[in-house]
Amino acid sequence: MTLGFELTVALRFLREGRMQTALIVGGAAIGVSVIFFITAVLTGVQQDLIRRVMGSQAHVVVKPQEETVTPLVANSDVERLPSIQARPQRLNSIDGWAPMAHLIEITPGVRAVAPVATGAALAIKGNTTRSIVIIGTELDRYLRVVQLEDKLKIGVFDMRPGDAVIGIDLAHDLGAVLGDRFRVQNAEGVSETLRIRGLIDLGSRGLNQRNVYADLRVAQTLLGIPGRVTNLDVALNEMIQADAVASRLRAQTGQLVESWIQTNSFLFTAINNQNVMTYLIRTFITIVVALGIASVLVVTVVQKRKEIGILRAVGATRRQMLSVFLLQGGIVGAAGALLGSVMGLGLVVVFSRILRNAEGDPLFSLHFDFRLIGVVLVAAVVLGVLSAVLPARNAARLDPAQAIRG
Amino acid sequence: MSGEALIQLSGLRKTYNVGLPSEAEVLHGIDLEVGLGEFTAMIGPSGSGKSTLLNVLGLLEQGTSGNYHLSGRDVTSFTDDERTRARHAIIGFIFQFHHLLPAFTALENVMLPALIGTSNGGGVGAALTPARMRAQAAELLDGVGLGDAMDKKPHELSGGMQQRVAIARSLILSPRLVLADEPTGNLDTHTSDGIFELLRRFNRERGTALLIVTHDPLLAARCDRIVELVDGLIAADRPNAASTSEAPSQAE
Repeated sequence: MTLGFELTVALRFLREGRMQTALIVGGAAIGVSVIFFITAVLTGVQQDLIRRVMGSQAHVVVKPQEETVTPLVANSDVERLPSIQARPQRLNSIDGWAPMAHLIEITPGVRAVAPVATGAALAIKGNTTRSIVIIGTELDRYLRVVQLEDKLKIGVFDMRPGDAVIGIDLAHDLGAVLGDRFRVQNAEGVSETLRIRGLIDLGSRGLNQRNVYADLRVAQTLLGIPGRVTNLDVALNEMIQADAVASRLRAQTGQLVESWIQTNSFLFTAINNQNVMTYLIRTFITIVVALGIASVLVVTVVQKRKEIGILRAVGATRRQMLSVFLLQGGIVGAAGALLGSVMGLGLVVVFSRILRNAEGDPLFSLHFDFRLIGVVLVAAVVLGVLSAVLPARNAARLDPAQAIRG
Repeated sequence: MSGEALIQLSGLRKTYNVGLPSEAEVLHGIDLEVGLGEFTAMIGPSGSGKSTLLNVLGLLEQGTSGNYHLSGRDVTSFTDDERTRARHAIIGFIFQFHHLLPAFTALENVMLPALIGTSNGGGVGAALTPARMRAQAAELLDGVGLGDAMDKKPHELSGGMQQRVAIARSLILSPRLVLADEPTGNLDTHTSDGIFELLRRFNRERGTALLIVTHDPLLAARCDRIVELVDGLIAADRPNAASTSEAPSQAE
C-alpha cells in the first residue's frame, strides 16, 4: 500500500469486483478493437484505392486553355438564337513551357513538375495495330511527379530517344516481349520505331493496354508539336491541398489547371462519405462504451455503500471518494484500450490475410499506425474518467451516517 | 475553553425530515460534557436517540440546533470537509458490525486512516512513511493479540478478531476520543470480555477517552461513568464508583 490512498482503494475495489471489472474492461476492449480495426481497414483500403487510381496520375495538371468559338454577332437589334458549332479541338500545346515550369516549381506546396507531351497514336507490330496514348516526358522529372518505379514489372526505366516503357497488356496484345521493337504512328502517317525497355503494371487494364512512355522529343515529333508540351504534370507535398494549389496556379499561369480532386471527384466524394460513416460509427461505439462503464460503476457505488461510509467515517473527504471512482473509470479505460489495441492488431493481422482484392493482393497493407495506440489510450482514459463522473459524484455525496446504518 | 473538556455539548436538538410530514425530533436538548481520558458508557432503550447522539458527537451528522465544542473548537457549523478532517484528527470509530473493508488485509485495514491522512488535506498522518504506517499498524495488531493474523482478510477472521482489528484501526492515529457503538453487541460473553479489557487497557495506557454505547448493563457497570438516555433526553448521568477494570466476568 504505497500508491497513495485513492489509487490503492481504486485498484482494490476493481480487483474485488472481478466480474464487473472484467465486463467493463471487456466491453471497452471490444469497442477499442473495433475502432482500431475499421480505422486500419479503411485507411488501408483508401490508400490502396488512391494508390491505384492516382498511381499514374499527377496531383495537378496544367494544360493550355481549350479553344472556344466566339460568335461574331454584329450589334443587331434583332433577337436571335445563334447556333454555334463547337470546333474540334486541336492538340493544344504550351509554348515556352520551361519558364512556366520553373514558376510552378517555386510555388508553395509544389514538390515537382514534369513537362509532358501526350496524345493518341497507333502502335503497330507485324500486322497487329493498337490504339495507344503516348506519353513523352523527361524521365527524371516525371518520376518525381508520379511514382512509377515500383510498378515496373520487368526491364529498366531507361528512356533514351528510341526507347519506350509500355503497359504489360499492350505488350501482350502486340505479342511483344522485352527488347522487341514496334512502330508508333500518328494520324498523318509519321512514325517512329521504339524499343521496349520495360513493362509496367499500372493497376488498371485500361491503362495497361494503352500507355506508352517515351522520351519527350520523340513524342513531340510524333504529335507534331516540336519544342512544345501538352501539359505540365505537378506533384504536391500534400495531395489533399490539390484544389488550393490548383487555384493558385490558375491565377499565376493563366492556363487550365485541373486538380486530381476535380478529375476524380467520384473518388474524393466516396472517401469523404466513408470517413463520415466511420466517424459516426466510432462516435456511437464511444458512447456505448462510456455508458457501459458508467452503468457498471453506478452499480458498484450502490454495492459499496457501506465501505464508502466507513472510509468517510474514518476521515476520507468527499474529494477523496470522488477521486477513487474517477480513477476506477480511468484505469478501466486504460486497461480496455491496451487490451483492445492488442485485439485490434490481431484482427487487422488476421483479416489482412483473409480480405483480398481482385488481384489477390491483401485488400489493405499492414502498416499499423502505432501512434493510434497512444491516441486511443489517452482518449480511453479521458473517456473512462468522464464516464465515472456520475457514479463518483454519487459516491462522494453519500451520507456516511446513513451508509453505515444501512 | 476549559483545557480539560473534550466534548462540550449544549442544548443539542436533532430533527429528521425537517418540513416533511414525517418530521420527527429525536434529541430534545442535550447538554453533555466529557473530559479528556474519561471512560463513559451511554445506555438507554432502543429509539432513545443513542445512535443519533453518537453520530452527532462523531461529526457524522450535524445537530439541528445547539452548540458543540470538540477539543476546544467550535465545530457546530463546520462544513463537511472540516468535519471530516476533525473526525480524522480527533476521533476513532468502532462499530457494532466491525465494518472492516473486505478487500483489505487486517494490517491494511488498520493502516487505512493513516493512508487517508496522506491526501485528505488534514495533515494528520501525512508525514508518515508507508514503512512507518506499516510498523505502527503491526504494533497495534500485536497489541490486540493479532500478531499472527496481519495478512488475513476479514472473512478469514472470527467476529471477535475482526472487532480487535477495528479497535486497532480506531487507534492508529492516536485519537483523543474513541466512539464505540455496541462494540460487543454481536459477540459471545467471553469474547466481549476480551474486547472490553482491550478498550480499558488503551484508555489506561494511552489516555484515550472512550464513549461506549451499549445495551449491556453489565458492561455499562464496568465503566467510570454512565449516561442514560431516555426519549431523546439525558435521564441520568452518574459516576460509577463500582467500576473496576479487573471485574471478573459475571455473565453466564
